[in-house]
Parts: sequence; C-alpha cells; structure tokens
Amino acid sequence: MELTLSDEQIDRYSRHIILENVGVNGQQTLLASKVLIIGAGGLGAPASLYLAAAGVGTLGLVDADQVDVSNLQRQVIHHTADIGRDKVVSAANKLRAINPDVTVHALHMRVDASNILDLIKDYDFVIDGTDNFPTKFLINDACVLGNKPFSHAGILRFDGQLMTVRPGASACYRCVFNAPPPPKAVPSCSQAGVLGAVAGVIGSLQATEALKFLLGLDGLLTDTLLVWNAQHMDFRKVKLKRNPRCAVCGENPTITSLHDEVAAVCDITGKAR
Amino acid sequence: MKLVVNGADVEVSDGINVTQLLVERRVKMPDMVSVELNETVLQRAEFETTRLREGDRVELLYFMGGGRGTDTV
Repeated sequence: MELTLSDEQIDRYSRHIILENVGVNGQQTLLASKVLIIGAGGLGAPASLYLAAAGVGTLGLVDADQVDVSNLQRQVIHHTADIGRDKVVSAANKLRAINPDVTVHALHMRVDASNILDLIKDYDFVIDGTDNFPTKFLINDACVLGNKPFSHAGILRFDGQLMTVRPGASACYRCVFNAPPPPKAVPSCSQAGVLGAVAGVIGSLQATEALKFLLGLDGLLTDTLLVWNAQHMDFRKVKLKRNPRCAVCGENPTITSLHDEVAAVCDITGKAR
Repeated sequence: MKLVVNGADVEVSDGINVTQLLVERRVKMPDMVSVELNETVLQRAEFETTRLREGDRVELLYFMGGGRGTDTV
C-alpha cells in the first residue's frame, strides 16, 4: 500500500500497530476502509465510536431521527445538549472530534427499498444498527443482492444477538428468521425496553466484527448466531448453515428485487398507534 | 423423552411436535421464535407437522430488534 503513517498516526494507533494481527499494514488497511452504519442509536453509537477511534477512514451514518431525551440512557454518542438535533449530525460531531483522520458522511434519511442498494454500494462492510424487523430484512436482502458483507444485531431487555453475513458464502438473516414476524406479535413498547449497557456490548461486538473483516482475520461470526443473556452472563454460539429454502439466498430465490414492508409502531405509553 | 433445547438437556412429553414443544417450554410469543432442529431451520408451517425424537437438538432463536418496537431507523 502507498499510504504511510504520520508520526501522530503512529502514536495514535500504537496499540493497534503492536498487535501481531494488525501492524502498520493493518492500520493502513483500516484507514483506507469504508463502513456504513445504518441507525445512529443504541447499537450504532458504540459501533461508530469504536470504528472512528480505530481509524476506519470513511464512516457513513444513516438515520432519519432527532435525538430525544429517552435515547440518552443507551445511545452514548448523543449528549444532553444534542436533544432535538439530527442524530447523524450529533453523531458525526463526536466521531470527528475523536479522530480527525475519519471522513464522516452524515446521511439524514430513512433507508428504504428505493435507496438502499445505492447507499451500500461504495462501502466495504455494513452494520445493521436498526431497531425494527422490516428494516432488518431490507438490509439483509439488499446486502445479499448487492453482495455486501454485514453485521446483524438485535437487543431486547437483557438479551442480545449477533451474526456476521458473507452473502453467498454463509447463512444470511433470512436463512434463520425466514420473514418478519407479524406486527401484532412484536412485543409492545411496554413489554420491551433494554438495559442500556446491553446495547453497548452488542454494538461493540459489531465494531469488532467489522474490524476483523476489514483486517482479513479469521473467526468471524459467520454461520453462527451469538446469543447473550446479560443476567446470566451466558454467551452461546448457535451453529447455523445456509438454508437452501431461503427466499433470498437459497436455491430458488423468490426475492430478486427489494420492496418495503409495513412496520408496527408504538408510542411512549406502550400503546400501538 | 430427552431433548437438548438451547444447549440444555430437557425432559418433554414423548412424541410431541414443535408447536407442542413451544407450549411445554412456556414460550410466550411463539410468533417471535425461529426454530432450528438438528441444524436445519424449520418453516413456520412445519412446526405443527414436525414430530420430535429422543435426542433431537433444538434451538429456539428469538427475533430481536432494538428494544423498542417502532419503525424508526
């Protein structure tokens, strides 16, 4: 690689550079890499903070929301003074402040079937930091159709899950979960909730998977669903394999183009609206 | 009969199907679970028709979003 590290960069990334699996070459690779984070919330916050600190050269952040006071319990990239600000603007400010080496693209928009393929195409890896099933399936399908590796994660109460998908080479989200659950089955807001630190752990694991992928390291969570319960401190790896009947990456795929699905919505009182 | 459910040995009624297993395991929201049987993911329509056998390895995999049920990204 042509790039060389400045003295400042050698200091900044010294704890990476002394790692056998990273070194100067690995750090240069990270600086030349591009990761798209969809959702600047509970998962996207820790994921993007660690990727910026690690010196991943280009980070894209997509989110259509503004910071709300109820986000601050877990979305540690946003501060009290950011309430009302666009999440991507709030997040981009922090990422640039942590590491001026990083170019941040703050994309204030909602991902949908019409724009996602174009969004992901210039990135090396995608992080699904979203909180709802229609978007999770959309990201999966787009990454499969666009042949883009990505990290899936979900959190609920004291539980979290994580898997890494290499389209065409490992099981995808739809191989395991088939289709979004019926909206009426999704836990209502009053039953849901999440311990803030659980988002921190799982989002940090997503950043770890992204870095491993970019560095070409072994041991990705492919064909594996990592399931974690924080109360019992129980991590389990569930072995998965590609599903020949998968609607998007199986032998006879029925999903060959993208479409949007309708999501359940609920408000702060826990009632559907 | 004995099964291995999510890595733990459990005793369930003989000859039950997957739908009945979800009841016996007191799964509150069966629509929010995907089931893997001996490393093969089942379609939802197969829950009723798939009988379990002694020693089967079952994984109940829960749908997890972001802890709040809204449609925002």
